[in-house]
Formats: sequence, C-alpha cells, structure tokens
Amino acid sequence: MIYEGKQKIWSDYQKEIPDDHWYYVRSCIRQNFFPASERMFTEITRNVLKKDVYETPFHTTCGGIAYHCDTIPQETVMTIVARQFSLMTEAGYENYVPSCITSFGNYAEILETWREFPELEARIRENLWKACRREFNKPKYLAHTSDLIYHWRDRIAELGKYRLVDKETGEPLRIVEHIGCHYAKMFPHKAVGGAEYPYVLAGMVESWGGQVVDYPERRHCCGYGFRQYHVKANRGYSVSNTHKKFESMEPFHPDAIITNCPGCPYFLDRWQYVIAEQTGKTYGRNGFGIPVFTYEELAGLVLGYDPWDLGLQLHQVAVEPFLDRIGVEYDPKAKYLGVNKEDIMRPELPTSMKCF
Amino acid sequence: MKDNIVIIGGGVAGMEAAKQLLSLGYTPILVERNSQLGGHVAGWYRLFPDMTPAKDIIVPLRLDVARANVFTGTRVQSITPERESYTIVLDNGISIEARAVVFATGFSLFDASKKEEYGYGVYDHVITNSDLEAWFCGKEDKRIPSDPKAVGFVHCVGSRDLKAGNSQCSKVCCTTAIKQAIEMKEKFPDAEIYCFYMDLRLFGKKYEDFYINAQRNFGVHFIRGRVSEVGETIDGRLQVKAEDTLSGKPLKVQLDSLVLMSGMSCNEGVRNLARQARLDVDDDGFLKSSNNIYGILNSNRKGVFYAGACTGTKTVPETLAEARAVAVEVHNYLKNG
Repeated sequence: MIYEGKQKIWSDYQKEIPDDHWYYVRSCIRQNFFPASERMFTEITRNVLKKDVYETPFHTTCGGIAYHCDTIPQETVMTIVARQFSLMTEAGYENYVPSCITSFGNYAEILETWREFPELEARIRENLWKACRREFNKPKYLAHTSDLIYHWRDRIAELGKYRLVDKETGEPLRIVEHIGCHYAKMFPHKAVGGAEYPYVLAGMVESWGGQVVDYPERRHCCGYGFRQYHVKANRGYSVSNTHKKFESMEPFHPDAIITNCPGCPYFLDRWQYVIAEQTGKTYGRNGFGIPVFTYEELAGLVLGYDPWDLGLQLHQVAVEPFLDRIGVEYDPKAKYLGVNKEDIMRPELPTSMKCF
Repeated sequence: MKDNIVIIGGGVAGMEAAKQLLSLGYTPILVERNSQLGGHVAGWYRLFPDMTPAKDIIVPLRLDVARANVFTGTRVQSITPERESYTIVLDNGISIEARAVVFATGFSLFDASKKEEYGYGVYDHVITNSDLEAWFCGKEDKRIPSDPKAVGFVHCVGSRDLKAGNSQCSKVCCTTAIKQAIEMKEKFPDAEIYCFYMDLRLFGKKYEDFYINAQRNFGVHFIRGRVSEVGETIDGRLQVKAEDTLSGKPLKVQLDSLVLMSGMSCNEGVRNLARQARLDVDDDGFLKSSNNIYGILNSNRKGVFYAGACTGTKTVPETLAEARAVAVEVHNYLKNG
C-alpha cells in the first residue's frame, strides 16, 4: 500500500465545511438503532465545541428510505425535501447537516438534479406551495454530520481524555472504517476523500491515534442495502454480504469498526451474532466479536464520556474488551442501568459469541 | 528561410517525416522536447503483431535523420503566423522563419491514477502498459513480482470512457494487451494470465490471428467485463472484482500484478501552440484535420500539416504512413504554393 498515493487522492476531494451555524436534521432510524449517537452529536457540538447547531421538531423523514426501496416517486421525495428546506429557511439557516447518510445522498442528488433541470425545481416549488403554502431557499452548504466531526476532529483530539491506542503497548489500535454507500458513491466530489478511498472516517481515526485498516472488501456494502434486508426473503443475501466483509477483514485483525451510516453499524454489529450462531465463528479476539461504533460514539469515548451514556450497552458485540485496551473507565455493574439508574433488563446472551 | 520546414515532435512521425523530406532534398528542422528522439515507441520493447523489436524501428530512424537540423531537449516557445510563413521561437533562443510546419506532437499516455478504482499509485503491484514495457526493456520495477502466479490486464483504461474525459478508442491497447499477455506468459509459463476487456477491436492485419494464438498456444484467459474495483490482500496480492458479462456472473480473482492498458489522450501541451498558430482543435482535444477523409494531414491553415497521433489515436504503421504522406504534402505545398 502506498500511503502517499491515497494522500494525493484525498487532496483532490476536500470540501468546504463552514465552522458554525448548522441546521441539523435527524435520521428516521438511528435513534432506535444507536440511541445516544445523535444526542452525542448535539452534546459535542453545542456543549463541548460551543457551536450553533439548530434543530426543529417539525422535521420529518426525507423520504430517502422509501425512494431507495422503490416505493415512492422521486418527485414526491423532492417535495418532502423542499419542505425540509423551507423549515431551514424559516429558521434563518443556510448550512444543512443531516445525520443520515441516505438523507445526505438524497439531498445531494436532489440539489444536483435541480441544478441540471431547473424546470423541475420550479415544479417542486409549485408543488410545495400548493401543498402547504411554503417557500424555500436551497442550502448554501450541505454536509453530513460525519463531515462536521471530521472538520473538528483535531479539536476533539485536543480536548480528548483517551486516544485510540493500546494502553499496555502504546500501539495504535487497528480500526476498519466503513462508509455508507450513499455518502460518496453517487457524488464523489461531495465527500471528504472521494468514493474510492474516503477520508472522512480515516481522518478521525488518524487524528485520535488509531491506525486505519484497509482490506479487499472495504468498499463492499454492509449488507443492509435496503431491499436486501427490507424484503424478508432477501435477508440471507443481506447476511452473506456482511459475512463476506468479515471474512475479508479477518486476517487484518481489526480491533474495531467505525461507521457513518444508520444501517451499517447496526448490520455489522447484529449480523456478527447471526453468523456466530449459524457457523460458530467469531471475528474478534478470544471469542468476542469486533465492536462496531458510530463516529459520535467513538468521539464520545475519546472525549471521556461514560460508555453507558453513549448507549454502548445496546450493542450486540461486547465493547468492554475494546474499552479495556484503551483504558476507558466504566462501571460494569452500571451497564444495564438506564439514565434514571433503573434496571433496563439484560438481553439473552448468544451461545457462540462471548458477551457480557 | 526560403524553404525552411520545422517539424515539431521527434517521435516516429516526426522522424519518418524528416527522413522523407531529406530524401526529397530538404533539410528539415526537427524539434524534440525530450533529450532523445523516439517518442513513446522508444520506450517500447516489441511491437505487435510480429513482435518486432521497437529498436529496429527507432535506431535506423535516428541514423536516417542525423543529417537534419535536430534540436533535442528543446521546446517550441511560441509560433506566430506571418503573411506567408510562421515565426517559431525555441526555448534555446533560436528563432526560425518557416514556410511549412509539421505538427508531429503525438499523444499523452492517459494518467491511470485518474481511474482511482484500479489503485494505480495506491496498491503496490498495479502498473501500466508503459511501465511493463520499460521493465521488458530492462528497467528494474519492484512492483512486478519475480515469480507471479497470476497477472491481469485491464483494457480500455481511460479509453471510451466519458467519465475520464476520453470518448475515443485508443486503437492499440487491445492488441498491445494481447502482446504483453503473450510476453508475460513467455517469461512466466506457469502464470495464469487474464485479460479484462469490454470489446476486442482487432481490426488490423494479423491482429485476429494474434488473439487466437494468445488463447490457443498461450492459454490467456479473456474475460468480457470491466474491472469494478481492486483491493489489496494481507499478503500484498491484488483482489480484483469484475463481471464476466458472457456468463452473467460476478468474478473475483487474486493476482500478483495488474497491468492497466492506459490509452491515448490528446497532448495537452500542444494546446497553447495550436492557439498561437490559430489551429482548430477537435472536441476530443486532438488537433482538427481539415477533413477526416481526404484532408487528415491538413490543418485549417496554409503551411501547417499534421502527422501521426496529434490528430487522433494511431497505430505505428498508420503513423509511419502518414509521416511519409505528409512529406509529399509539404513538398507539393512548397513547390506549388
């Protein structure tokens, strides 16, 4: 691997990311999958980095999931998105940051389509006006939330309590970065680092002391792939994609995986359980799985937040071995206590993959 | 200045044109930016379809043009159209008033790193057709393993590729890949050789035979499908994914080396001179001939002529034929005005 070759490509794919004043929109599904990640984004940006990040409860789905499942026409999605932009306009913002990768891809695709076909944009404006008497400005800047954490990665490292290094050996931990398909594959120039060698997560890993692991199936889908999972008959295909990735990364012995998509961490995490139950095989050390984190969770760990406040007890793969290697302080007994310190009950443990 | 002829470019087109003009009694001025004459062909080991050593073409040509006024390591700084001539200023300070100018400026090899998915400049064992020829010629290259078990060739890298900015077919890559596949098989008989192609354009004399020979006698595997991505395994080998469009199945192979058949792009360096000389440039970036059937060698301006790949992708025989013809064109122009 020629690292300088990647650096050259990364330098070709940088994007302008304003330092402040963002209109933030949440994902439909992330709060169910990894409940503390989005809260951690607002916590870090507002309370740690002191940035103006605004959100409104009137925000709805962007329509991206239905669009990519082929159940909704694009013109309808565009009208939904036009309404989101009208909320941003009403709030006085011009920098738009969605938490969901599919939303980011959806917004990028719509803005690009309107640029190519202004008559379509005019029709959508008319649709929106007829539907709810709203008007909108298009965002001046569009970024994904991982772009923003990437933008502030060095500041997070400066303020951090921990680094992604083995506390015993001082060696950097080996981290696989997995990018959501809709981040860069459609519009490489709208992504940090482009589509083939995205840098958005790799930059965080490097900045926080870890070592990025490249492996042959790095670009492969996590297995979610919308219809691969949402059509029940296809779920075997979904898990086979995930299996392919883990078989490919196994020889590199990664310590963790960092992701920036709603579906990827869920499927990379949960399917490890299914693979273990079906085949008896686990991919982490000593019978454990490989822990999968969102970038907000990893940023939270670096900044010293309590792992259970980050929602890491809701991961399928045990995170404790990873926390122990870094030296993160945590109370094992508090793992299944909720925010009000009440017992949230314990899950049934898998038979083949070690968990706590 | 009476019959000064300046030939810009000292590859096979420029040298052959100079040779023919010498035989017609002129003393052309040959300007080459590199330190040696020969252009791309000088860096090639053997030429298809007869495996002719490239030096068998280049060395005699270099001797043939020794009587011309040759400037190597020299660039044309400017070219200014005058009433009946062109003033050409070289970067060594020499100024020439020429009645006829022959552009033999050739092409640029497509920069394979632009096709990021193939990993040129990122993965250790990805090389180009040009790198492989240099290695055949004896240049050391650690990217090529000493005993490869499997080698792949990707056709059409930067050719017929709108995203890469090149819509044109480079003409020579299919047959060059076959040639290089055979050469690798000759060097490493136990290695499996794969050619990933979207079309095989084997239009020239003996090209089809060459292809059949590669399959029958050398066991080269031809797979109709473009490579979608390349990755690196733990032991430094390359994992290549493609679709075999004939069987309709995805394909994944591990290779020790991957050769990218970089195509021909227009020579961007000649754009500035074309602008100064008020020459038309075609949509594909190559110099535009006055007519693509009967005026290939003629520009839109009197006294400016073209030979070889400056007007589009050409094989070596086509280039040599154009160079011979352009000498006659120049001669007639100077004789008849």
